[in-house]
Amino acid sequence: MKKKILEVKNLKTSFFTHLGEVQAVRGVSFELNEGDILGIVGESGSGKSVTSLSIMNLIEHPGKIKEGEVLFYGKNYNEEIYSKIDLENPSEEDLKNIKLYGPIDLSKLSNSEMTEYRGNELAMIFQDPMTSLNPVYSIKNQMMEVIRRHTDMNKEEALERAKELLSMVGIPDPKGQINDYPHQFSGGMRQRALIATAISCNPRLLIADEPTTALDVTIQAQILELLKDLQSKTEMSIILITHDLGVIAEVSTHVVVMYGGMMMEKGTVEDIFYNPQHPYTQGLYRSIPKSTAKTKERLIPIEGSPPDLMAPPPGCPFSPRCPNAMKICLEEAAPLFKISDTHTSACWLMAEDAPVVKGFKKTKGAK
Amino acid sequence: MTIDNRKPLLEVRNLKKYFDKSRGLFIRTPKVLTAVDDISFTIYQGETFGLVGESGCGKSTTGRTIVKLYEPTGGQILFDGVDLASINHRDMLAYRRRIQMIFQDPYASLNSRMTVTDIIGEGIDTHHIFKDSDDPRMAKQERIYELLESVGLKKEHASRYPHEFSGGQRQRIGIARALAVDPELIICDEPISALDVSIQAQVVNMLEDFQKTKGLTYLFIAHDLSMVKHISDRIGVMYIGKMMEIATSDDLYDKPLHPYTKSLLSSIPLPDPHSEQKGKRIILEGDVPSPINPKPGCRFASRCRYSREEVEIITVNTLVGRVIRETLLDPVTNELIIKDNKVITPEIAEVIVGLNLPKISLGKQSCFTETPELKEILTDHFVACHFTEEINANLLKK
Repeated sequence: MKKKILEVKNLKTSFFTHLGEVQAVRGVSFELNEGDILGIVGESGSGKSVTSLSIMNLIEHPGKIKEGEVLFYGKNYNEEIYSKIDLENPSEEDLKNIKLYGPIDLSKLSNSEMTEYRGNELAMIFQDPMTSLNPVYSIKNQMMEVIRRHTDMNKEEALERAKELLSMVGIPDPKGQINDYPHQFSGGMRQRALIATAISCNPRLLIADEPTTALDVTIQAQILELLKDLQSKTEMSIILITHDLGVIAEVSTHVVVMYGGMMMEKGTVEDIFYNPQHPYTQGLYRSIPKSTAKTKERLIPIEGSPPDLMAPPPGCPFSPRCPNAMKICLEEAAPLFKISDTHTSACWLMAEDAPVVKGFKKTKGAK
Repeated sequence: MTIDNRKPLLEVRNLKKYFDKSRGLFIRTPKVLTAVDDISFTIYQGETFGLVGESGCGKSTTGRTIVKLYEPTGGQILFDGVDLASINHRDMLAYRRRIQMIFQDPYASLNSRMTVTDIIGEGIDTHHIFKDSDDPRMAKQERIYELLESVGLKKEHASRYPHEFSGGQRQRIGIARALAVDPELIICDEPISALDVSIQAQVVNMLEDFQKTKGLTYLFIAHDLSMVKHISDRIGVMYIGKMMEIATSDDLYDKPLHPYTKSLLSSIPLPDPHSEQKGKRIILEGDVPSPINPKPGCRFASRCRYSREEVEIITVNTLVGRVIRETLLDPVTNELIIKDNKVITPEIAEVIVGLNLPKISLGKQSCFTETPELKEILTDHFVACHFTEEINANLLKK
């Protein structure tokens, strides 16, 4: 049984703008185990990036985590002690133990408390490697800052560690290039340097937000290979956020499909690609060209356009574009129906009394 | 369309576009960015020609030079038999109607102060499309409504401004603008890269429909290889200003002959977790070299795995002037002696000889000295590589 590392429960994040509340994330829940690579896939505005920023507690004004928990099972988590605690009515001793040895709700931490975790047990890399690096400091400077902030290494040790990390991520001449400034690095090398910085304190969880979107396809292949390689060496967990189904299939073990701020489907990578049970996932898959298809074979697009998050439809966010939409879909968002132990789908077609539609399997025991 | 009865619409011959990048007030070091360096290809009437490559390979510059948004540095652009490269601005106007362009960024390519009617109608006015009709204003308005409907928008949208539309809708306006003057060739410069996955398919299907109904010819520039394969009849692969391979899209994907095309295609992540290709990926080392003052020889040589040969006789004479194809570290101190792809100087040659290595890998002579020409290896399949036959011995035998 793999150890749990992160548990997101009913996360809701909104941005309070002058025009009104933008409900970017509307109730997302998932779990992540040690060593898993979770891919979060969705289009722009689906809430995938806001989900990851909420996990890192990086939501800034006017944004706010409205509801929900982000439980992180970090280094201090002690299962033995925690499992003995009676969570229903804990004693004083128990409350102390929960604080010391239980999972931490990252969404409730203050900014200064959060710095203990960010860059240390949790790390994040972003889409644009140029804007995530400071142009006026050398790579050495920026890497050593992170290492010395979170460890008690002295300057020499930190420099050695930085060089070791750069060679780990495949920078050809770490000794010479560590003194370079970001503009002297190419896009792929910058992303490598960022990955090196992110893994410098052996994080338990790495969040990669569209790490290869700004890169060319041959460089993308290099970076994905690197991420997979690092994951297998260090046993860290990765959350990979992307809009590219190909990238998800390439590296993920588990997938969450998001649309309009909500979770549409969740499962292992095999569940999602070989047995998709949500009309949105199926539509997304149909709308991309396959390598096996002959040239000019017609694509099947999803008609319509994504919902307005200022005034999301009351029911399922996908219902206005869904070919199988029913009356209930427009009125009420579907709960997550369990298809198998690993696979759930938020679609009313999974309900027991729903009409039978080709391509969808009914779940047993669903309400 | 069979190979014999097709008619060329656009013939690009030895097209060059260089940008002067020399800088400095007192010291001017001559720097030339060879964005497009001597490329030739033909687009036949009614087909879609895809142009792919990584960023900076010159594919967009090629498209822009064809419509003379850039003045070509050299070469010919034969459109319907007339060389656009040599005609003046005034004569070009007539051809601007026949060649239209759709741009990548649907936000930047529409003037935010113009209504949709103005945007689509601008070309109609410039080219006096309805000058012979009884009521040119009515005819223009009718035409705009008709165009809006054909791209899936409504009449009511005509008086709105671009900011009122989503990215996908804006790209539709861009397409309507291009269609307004009844062009023959449309240059689509990354028309779908800025759009969401589910919207991309809508736009691609629309472009395909217009091609069928209006008999359009497309030059489709993109970096999304699977989408290019889907839409194109033939594809040209570019790398740092050079054309590497041209083939029909099925041929290119089934049997790529150029080492660069092979690795480019194998890098596409497939939406299939257990795909057979997963283990066969050719991961290129290093980054795309700079197109400023490029070195002689094949542009891809520094990253190509076939461009190396093992040399066992290591003397100063055999080494000097040749290119090293491995990063050489001092076995004792672990200090860097010479980096991959660097030319060996006499001093470094002495050091290497001193190391007493049993063998060393050097760049193949011709790859680093002669630029390979684009040759027709199979019917309608052109490759620019010195060693095409050697590399593809198995493929070509069949």
